[in-house]
Amino acid sequence: MSTAHVITPVRTYVTVFALLLVCTGLTVFVAKQDFGFLNTAVALTIACFKATLVIWFFMAVRYNTPLTKVVVVSGFAWLLILFGLGMSDYLSRPWIGVLGR
Amino acid sequence: MIGHSEHEHHPKLQHHFYSMEQQLEASILGMWVFLVTEVMFFGGLFMAYLVYRTAYPTAWAKSSEELNVYMGALNTAVLICSSLTMALAVRAAQVGSRRGQIVNLILTIIFGSTFLVVKYFEYAQKFEHHLVPGPHFGPSPPLPYGSQIFFALYFIMTGIHALHMVAGIVLMSVILVMAWRGRFSPAYYGPVEISGLYWHFVDIVWIFLFPLLYLLGFNQPPLG
Amino acid sequence: MHQSATTTARRSYLDAPYGVASWLLTRDHKRIAVLYLISITIMFTLGALFAAAVRTELLTPKGDFLTADLYNKMFTMHGVTMVFFFLVPSIPATLGNFLMPIMCGTKDLAFPRINLLSWYLYVIGGVIVLAVAISGGLDTGWTFYTPYSSMSSTTNVTLAALGVFVAGFSSILTGFNFIVTVHRMRAPGLTWFRLPLFVWAQYATSIVMILGTPVIAITVVLMAVERALHLGIFDPRVGGDPVLFQHLFWFYSHPAVYIMILPGMGVISELVAAISRKQIFGYGFVAFSSLAIAVIGFLVWGHHLFLSSQSIYAGLVFSFISMLVAVPSAVKTFNWAATMYKGSVSWDSPTYFVLGFMGLFTIGGLTGLYLATMGMDIALHDTYFVVAHFHYIMVGGAVMAFMGGLHFWWPKMFGRMYPEALAKTCAILIFVGFNLTFFPQFILGYLGMPRRYYSYPDELQVWNVLSTAGASILGLGYLLPMIYLTYSAFKGAQAPDNPWGAKGLEWTTTSPPPTFNFDEPVVVDEPAYNYRPHGEVHVG
Repeated sequence: MSTAHVITPVRTYVTVFALLLVCTGLTVFVAKQDFGFLNTAVALTIACFKATLVIWFFMAVRYNTPLTKVVVVSGFAWLLILFGLGMSDYLSRPWIGVLGR
Repeated sequence: MIGHSEHEHHPKLQHHFYSMEQQLEASILGMWVFLVTEVMFFGGLFMAYLVYRTAYPTAWAKSSEELNVYMGALNTAVLICSSLTMALAVRAAQVGSRRGQIVNLILTIIFGSTFLVVKYFEYAQKFEHHLVPGPHFGPSPPLPYGSQIFFALYFIMTGIHALHMVAGIVLMSVILVMAWRGRFSPAYYGPVEISGLYWHFVDIVWIFLFPLLYLLGFNQPPLG
Repeated sequence: MHQSATTTARRSYLDAPYGVASWLLTRDHKRIAVLYLISITIMFTLGALFAAAVRTELLTPKGDFLTADLYNKMFTMHGVTMVFFFLVPSIPATLGNFLMPIMCGTKDLAFPRINLLSWYLYVIGGVIVLAVAISGGLDTGWTFYTPYSSMSSTTNVTLAALGVFVAGFSSILTGFNFIVTVHRMRAPGLTWFRLPLFVWAQYATSIVMILGTPVIAITVVLMAVERALHLGIFDPRVGGDPVLFQHLFWFYSHPAVYIMILPGMGVISELVAAISRKQIFGYGFVAFSSLAIAVIGFLVWGHHLFLSSQSIYAGLVFSFISMLVAVPSAVKTFNWAATMYKGSVSWDSPTYFVLGFMGLFTIGGLTGLYLATMGMDIALHDTYFVVAHFHYIMVGGAVMAFMGGLHFWWPKMFGRMYPEALAKTCAILIFVGFNLTFFPQFILGYLGMPRRYYSYPDELQVWNVLSTAGASILGLGYLLPMIYLTYSAFKGAQAPDNPWGAKGLEWTTTSPPPTFNFDEPVVVDEPAYNYRPHGEVHVG
């Protein structure tokens, strides 16, 4: 795969920029509504989408080697290990029915 | 193979690399590996956030209302602008436009500094309202149990983020000086690109901090 | 064996360029490896002195040599120095730095200046820890548990946290350099499956360094901030959870033990192939087992929290996965044994270290399974059983491997041979001393002696005395190589380019190598460990 860097057109950057601003506005708007627990899910989904835009376009990961893409994904995947296995403790504590949190 | 390539020996080619392309690829891979360490570094803080938010949902919602959503949203927009100008600065280096690099790098620094100024005002507000955790934590009216932890995480997360912003601004200033001196060209723009990666990463952290810290209690009626 | 012009003064990385400044500002990975070797030895000695204080106190059942506070400081400083400033950097920063570019057939690591920076960070971290030692020590245990560390301890916890933070950064820079080097700088023809297993092991270690170390960095920052500003993150009075600290701390510190052992396993793979003059049995399995250990190692940290308020359901998950992580280690051990079987095993000093490693690591690993069983851990947690378990792996395993590797590659690094008879004696001394020190500790743990206590019931004294006696022999076993290896670096017999007749890119260049490692550009066209036993034709 050639790594001669493709020059992204200015228009692409500006479009992504506009999209990011729109998403920010959307996040604030949605937060003002009451969707219960969905509020957080929606907010995080939008945040993930924004982050993906930045990574794919601004950070030019779409032109990087497959290895770089694996590195990017693995960083976030490892967070999921920390969150997932860590929360498995906190979320299962009430199952025991013992005094305490 | 070692030492000879179809390019002339570029003065910026380090001796243990055999081509500028290999050097750039290695630098980008290296910067991403470093950014992964930053992801895990902030990740510990997000883990703490996750644990305590699950434990104290009411405290989290009520405390979040104390944060100014509009300042937070403004800061988010400011950082997104800075990411745009950063991307344009890298592009300018790729096409060899010295003016483009200088203008966009200066704009990036201005946006980054604006972010920090807004942050300063936010922090000052917290001090006034006795929302700094520790012995002097005393919001009135009082906030639910666990609110002190919310503010502890607020200060630590945004504080460490702000430190990274400061480092980013210093880095960009160095790159700006180098760009001013015409150091970069389509054949050699690695430092601009990898500095840009760092800058965008700091933006991404904020993209997650904003909704998680500011928007939780936004759909509640304001406190009386 | 090569005959090289070692009688004439060859310009190697050691003599050109000349002068202290050229060493302190070097970008040569080989010189940086030597700088690390010196500083790591200093920290090891410091850690050993703290251990000596601990073992001296434990000769008698009463606390009579040290005060309770001083004892706490001794075992804490022993742990901090040994874990963060010796075990984590030892093989990667010395043998790894020296060998990785050579084994990849290239001139240097990807980022030589960052390599030098990592050494300076290590030194700064070491100086900080020395400052902690001088300014009253640290008494929280190397694990810095909250809320004692964040609220109550009167020792210089914040400074110690800073030292650990800085050392962690040094570790991250080493790992990041290795990853980029292995991916981007291998010589032509050097495909992944032609790489020596030492490279696979270092690569796996580097993955762990990158993904794990930042978490302990943020954890000690949180603890220090808590201590300085009383923000409340780990303070139960305002809703904080001290167990969160343990989760975050062990998320790194468990993978950290794989940072400590994986490079040792890489060394053993190299040594086993060389001493047996045989291709490693199941090369692919050994390579992938390094990666498996690195990944699975991140999923087991909760087995350190079995006796905290961690949910037993989470504990079950962690217990089960902890069993799984033993499998790849077992794969390696079987494969090494299978390699030696019907190999042409030489009885040089590296062989002694290999055999010592295999026996002691096996015991250490198996005893880990006892501890991974949640039910058994209730009885064994915080007893000497745990202490014995991790010392078997860390000292019987990792340090044995380090010593073996140091001896094996010493002629390459310094162009001189060490006294073989002394080296064999040293290996035996270490083996005997080690077992005498730590096997009684399994018994003590089984009998219920808690760790970190400076007094114990009278009937346990015999085991403690045996342990301390063993420690003195072990200390002698480590002192000897410090003397004869140093001596041999200056005055030893000239070493040929390939004293062991081993396969590997490092043995194709001179002893010691020139500054840019190879006189000719490297092209690789054969598999690793391409030995030809008994005239058979080896199919590449």
